[in-house]
Amino acid sequence: MIDDAITRHVARLARLGLTEDEVVRMQHELSAILEYVDQVQGLELADIVPTTHAIPLSNVLREDVPTPSVSAELALREGPNVTADGFTVPRMG
Amino acid sequence: MSDVQWEAVIGIEIHAQLLTATKMFCGCALSFGDPANTHTCPVCLAHPGALPVVNAEAIRLALIAGHALGCEIPERSVFSRKNYFYPDLPKAYQISQFDEPICGPGRFRFLTEDGEKFLGITRAHLEEDAAKLNHFGGEGRRADALGSVVDFNRGGTPLLEIVTEPELHNGTDAAAFLKQLRQTLVHLGITDGSMEQGSMRADANISIRPMGVTTLGTKTELKNMNSFTFLERGIAAEIERQIGIVESGGTVTQETLHYEPTTGHITSLRSKEEAHDYRYFPEPDLVPVVPDRGWVDEIRAALPELPVDRRDRWMREYGLTFEDAEVLSEPAALGDYFEQVAAVAPPKSAANWVRGDLRAFLRERGQEPWESDVPPAAVAQIISMVEAREISMPSAKQVLAHVVEHGGDPKEVVASLGLGAIQDESALIAIVDALIAANPEQAAQLRDGKDKLVGFFVGQAMKATQGRADPGRIGELVRERVAAS
Repeated sequence: MIDDAITRHVARLARLGLTEDEVVRMQHELSAILEYVDQVQGLELADIVPTTHAIPLSNVLREDVPTPSVSAELALREGPNVTADGFTVPRMG
Repeated sequence: MSDVQWEAVIGIEIHAQLLTATKMFCGCALSFGDPANTHTCPVCLAHPGALPVVNAEAIRLALIAGHALGCEIPERSVFSRKNYFYPDLPKAYQISQFDEPICGPGRFRFLTEDGEKFLGITRAHLEEDAAKLNHFGGEGRRADALGSVVDFNRGGTPLLEIVTEPELHNGTDAAAFLKQLRQTLVHLGITDGSMEQGSMRADANISIRPMGVTTLGTKTELKNMNSFTFLERGIAAEIERQIGIVESGGTVTQETLHYEPTTGHITSLRSKEEAHDYRYFPEPDLVPVVPDRGWVDEIRAALPELPVDRRDRWMREYGLTFEDAEVLSEPAALGDYFEQVAAVAPPKSAANWVRGDLRAFLRERGQEPWESDVPPAAVAQIISMVEAREISMPSAKQVLAHVVEHGGDPKEVVASLGLGAIQDESALIAIVDALIAANPEQAAQLRDGKDKLVGFFVGQAMKATQGRADPGRIGELVRERVAAS
């Protein structure tokens, strides 16, 4: 069971501002999800290599050859707060 | 106060930017100093749906580094997401490696004045660099800035992070290790190693414990030291700070620290309460890298002689000092030049001439030996003439200066400038006798045992012959003739 403190911690890590009602709801929903996934723990898995990818592929690499970048103008176009030098962000704590 | 002897335990983390043409996971060209945000694309700007693809050259460079660090190369390696929010990280996670790095445990050999030492390497893994934040307002520092402007040109640059075991015990060895590591990585073309430009950065994890104890104390992390001297001094200052805390009854707090080289002050960047909870998990957008074993072996076989082995060989076979070997090994081109001289001339003399007068004369012209017109053979020839006593040391320097200035064959320069040593023994005796006659007082004192006056006569003789006499032989003659007069 996920307790209140863990719920608030996870919300903080995800930068989510939850209301008190939402904390309670999330606590129950997260617990339900984890309990569901927890069923896997009951299986005999000692010899199974953890899956890191759904498709059994490896070595998908690309050559170290430059491809065109987008223009600075285009890169910055959708930014909510930009100057000619880049994306502007508020001061960090 | 207590009588406890403290031992410091230090591990180093190094981030080195790889010398690839493009970023780690997209085809944007790497750049330094280009206008902001001119090297970006949907991948490195983290647009939804854009997918990363691993740069093969970054893998190759990491494998070369792994071999040079004496690391095991695991059968497969996996990328992971390291989650945290910061404006320089547009995805809100950094693609890094966690439990399956490209290079496993290893052992790195480095040389110090006290001889060779080894440092355990925990791992080396690949990751992407963050973007650059330019703070504005206040003093331009993060702490008092009004805000920041993000330049994504650097975001996504391939980094190799090397983590050492906590096996160092002082800043001096830490600096020696870092120097040798940098030299190795630069020599192998893995990174340009520029610490000022930030393409190589080092953090130190430091704790103290009473001598003899084997468990580790609480560690602090000293961030981003950008020179060997600062690393050495920063570690020394932090060890002193921790001992001070513990000896006055306090406890060391786990925190991230900044060493300010101008003031020597250590300030806290963040404490453990704010420490990150990164929630690593395997990166679903990338499949594992399983380096072909034949390729891994090929890279190992193609590894050139490492700087540490070269320096060690010079010290063993050529009898060079630690310092000679260190100076001559950097850059590798100087070492190549020295070896060409040492192949013909006695190595110790070759070392002295190359790192000494040759480099000094050339520097006045803004040149270095390996890019100059002075062939190693000419330097070797000058040394051989000195060895054969065909020219004196002062004359040899004149010849070298002439060759640096005007070129030409050293033998011909000696002939044209009339610098050949005076071989005629009777001529030398005549010079010495004349000097004794002209300086009766000094001669008498020398006869009475004031032996340092030999130097006076040698100096006079060198002046009289414009440096063409062999000072050793003159000294012998002075003693003989004074005793006989």
